[in-house]
Amino acid sequence: MTADMEKLLGPRVPADELRAHRTRYLIPTLIFAAAAILIVISMFLPYWSLTLHAPQYPQGLKVVAYVNQLQGDVAEIDGLNHYIGMRRLGEAAQFEMQVSIFAITGIALLILAAIFVHNWWAALLALPGLLLPFFFLADLQFWLANFGQNLDPTAPLSSSVKPFVPPALGVGKIAQFRTEAYPEIGLWLAFVASALILIGLYFHRRAYKPLVDAQKQAAKAG
Amino acid sequence: MKKFLTIALVIALVAIGIAACGGEEETPTPAPVSVEGGLPASAMEIAAARGLTPDDIAAALKTYTPSGKVDEYLLFMSGGHSGNVIVAGIPSMRILKNIAVFTPESWQGYGFGSRESEQILDAGNVNGVKIRMGDTHHPALSETNGDYDGEYLFINDKTHARVAVVDLRDFETKQIVKDPLLISAHGSTFVTPNTEYVVQASQYNTPLGWEYAPISEYKEKYRGTITFWKFDRAKGRILPEESFAVEIPPYWQDLCDAGKLASDGWAFCNSFNSELYTGGVTEGNPPFEAGVSQRDMDYLHIINWKRAEEVIKAGKYETLKGMKLIRIPAAAAEGVLYLAPEPKSPHGVDVSPDGKYIVVAGKLDPHVTVYSIDKIKQAIADKKWTTDDYGIPVLDFDAVMHAQVELGLGPLHTQFDDQGYAYTSLFLDSAIARWKLGGDDPSAYALVEKTPVQYNVGHIAAAEGDTVNPDGKYLVALNKWAVDRFAPIGPLLPQNIQLLDISSGQMKVIYDMPMGIGEPHYAQIIKTDKIKAWDVYPEVGWDPIAQAPSKYATKAGEERVVRNGNQVEIFMTSIRSRLTPDHIEIKKGDHVIWHITNIETAKDATHGFQLGGYNISLSIEPGETTTFEFDAVNDGVFAFYCTEFCSALHLEMMGYMFVQP
Repeated sequence: MTADMEKLLGPRVPADELRAHRTRYLIPTLIFAAAAILIVISMFLPYWSLTLHAPQYPQGLKVVAYVNQLQGDVAEIDGLNHYIGMRRLGEAAQFEMQVSIFAITGIALLILAAIFVHNWWAALLALPGLLLPFFFLADLQFWLANFGQNLDPTAPLSSSVKPFVPPALGVGKIAQFRTEAYPEIGLWLAFVASALILIGLYFHRRAYKPLVDAQKQAAKAG
Repeated sequence: MKKFLTIALVIALVAIGIAACGGEEETPTPAPVSVEGGLPASAMEIAAARGLTPDDIAAALKTYTPSGKVDEYLLFMSGGHSGNVIVAGIPSMRILKNIAVFTPESWQGYGFGSRESEQILDAGNVNGVKIRMGDTHHPALSETNGDYDGEYLFINDKTHARVAVVDLRDFETKQIVKDPLLISAHGSTFVTPNTEYVVQASQYNTPLGWEYAPISEYKEKYRGTITFWKFDRAKGRILPEESFAVEIPPYWQDLCDAGKLASDGWAFCNSFNSELYTGGVTEGNPPFEAGVSQRDMDYLHIINWKRAEEVIKAGKYETLKGMKLIRIPAAAAEGVLYLAPEPKSPHGVDVSPDGKYIVVAGKLDPHVTVYSIDKIKQAIADKKWTTDDYGIPVLDFDAVMHAQVELGLGPLHTQFDDQGYAYTSLFLDSAIARWKLGGDDPSAYALVEKTPVQYNVGHIAAAEGDTVNPDGKYLVALNKWAVDRFAPIGPLLPQNIQLLDISSGQMKVIYDMPMGIGEPHYAQIIKTDKIKAWDVYPEVGWDPIAQAPSKYATKAGEERVVRNGNQVEIFMTSIRSRLTPDHIEIKKGDHVIWHITNIETAKDATHGFQLGGYNISLSIEPGETTTFEFDAVNDGVFAFYCTEFCSALHLEMMGYMFVQP
């Protein structure tokens, strides 16, 4: 490896050092790999759900959000929403849903790339993965607010149901419906991946900081 | 390192915190009473205030079904001359549905314009005469290996010798077939163990195919048939072209039953006019009731339908009015048809769960007479028979009769339980008799007990009590007279449908259900969980007759009105709370074809539709596409609207039809 490459990707681990302290370098590698795998798995699992409870829906109405689609009682909820003038749920976050699979695959690849980068750039590569669940929740809240605030003023119930902001998490109330919004398994996996990335970054730093320092020392000396 | 760990910990805590918020707020449900605690004082106060006996309390506790709890069994009752089928729950005895079959019914949109229902009803017209009534008697649930499978229900119309098919995915009538040879048929419907055939026997015999012949030619020209309607389970339809009939003498056939297990391949039908009596009171003859009750013996008809299939395959049949018919000589010669003497004018014939015994109820004889299928087969093998005037083998009574049990007056119908008991209704005694089936030992057959019912009991139905696998537990007595059981409502009284607990010890009546919308004859009781009914139609835009997507399905946004000359075709959708389009502009003299798709997918989101002035009433269940058509004979402005209170804005769910002069 050329010196320029080493400057960019951080110092390589000398072979005798690797033999002597194999676990030290293996730990961040495994943790980052685990985080990447969890994020990939999460794409196939629901991230969030909203359940509407009302007397005439004893089973409740549930919409389940994946990173790229909505499932559940979407048609029935859309049907009800027309009374208050809310747009169809399918119109929300269309861009995000279209690009989500590519974007999240990219995020996972960046985390894997961080394994091979041995300086502080690794933290930057892992950052999107770290922020993924927070971005999901923020985007969700944005769309909920956007939908709740932009009701059709000519809808049948526009006089009795004023624009509102449904909570992205927790319990809310709209007309006769009690709403319950909760993270689902996919989002939990993303949170676990976030935590793993943080922990991985600690071990990554512990493993490679001495080498980076030595590299700097050598550069100074040189 | 500490800093990193702290941040990780905070994230984990936030996550747990969010998860903890997810806990449901449960409303506490009251605890059921405990055996040790006994009945609460409040219950005893109510019982005392209402004058209830301990038996009343037990009956109430056995039948009361709290809100939201589902009945263990479903009871399918014929509606008699209301022409329908009535479904109720057991043990609550709450009516769940009135299935329109032969008679139009506006709530279900059956026979009030919807093209599908009009076509079904029109298939039951008789020689060009529009028929819009019927007399339903004997429902038959489809069977697999002799057990109810919960897929289909068959029901007959005695008046016109018709059979209807009800699909139990949506509890709607799908087909009516008219027997081309008979005018009336009582002994129908009974299914063979795998629903290969639906068995139907003629009752009041006439010249076959509605030819004319004077009553003086009764013996020579008047005939009956036992018809085997072929059922295609995959299509959910009776196939008349693959059905056949066996010609029989004019003995006035009564009830039938199909054999099972030991008697699979056989069918049995009673008769009550071996006298060949022809009436004529005005000519000084005795009335029918006396004339047909002279001889001590009538004939049990024994049909080998598997043999009949072979005879059909061998081509030994005639085709009359499109129906394959095995004439009496061929039936007698080929071993298809046998007779056996049975005590005078019996009514019910019922095959035991193991298929070994055939129970004939006396009606005018206080006994039930039990025949053995083994003995019948033996007598046939030994040719122990004489022949009747038509050349049909009449098996020797003593050779085929297995046992007789004296039960009481007016034995009519028999059902079975899982404990080896049979139950027979006693019309004149107004009672149910429980008696022991003795198996191979004729002396082991014995009456066990009798319980009074109120009053004049006709058919009875035990839980799955005519299958190879009866459940016991419950028995329903379908009483013809209520007399003093209910509040006075004028001279036409309801029937009294009584539920009996037969699970242990003495049989007990535990519920009286007034039946004020029909006169049930027979009923069948099936375990509720065997029925796999749809909540909503499988796809939006469903044709419930084809049970497939409809070619007239209309999606939201694709509603349209298409004019072609003076024919106007409307493609409409319904969803809470609008009909689209809501303005229909046509001209007087137009022919209007109007399709409506209920684009709802939610359970119970049914929309009704009525168009005043044109006799149109529809029920459009979630996902259903329906069609009606009419000629716009009157001009003016008409309102159409949703008739099911579907939503808070239901009254707004309407539209105008403008018919220009």
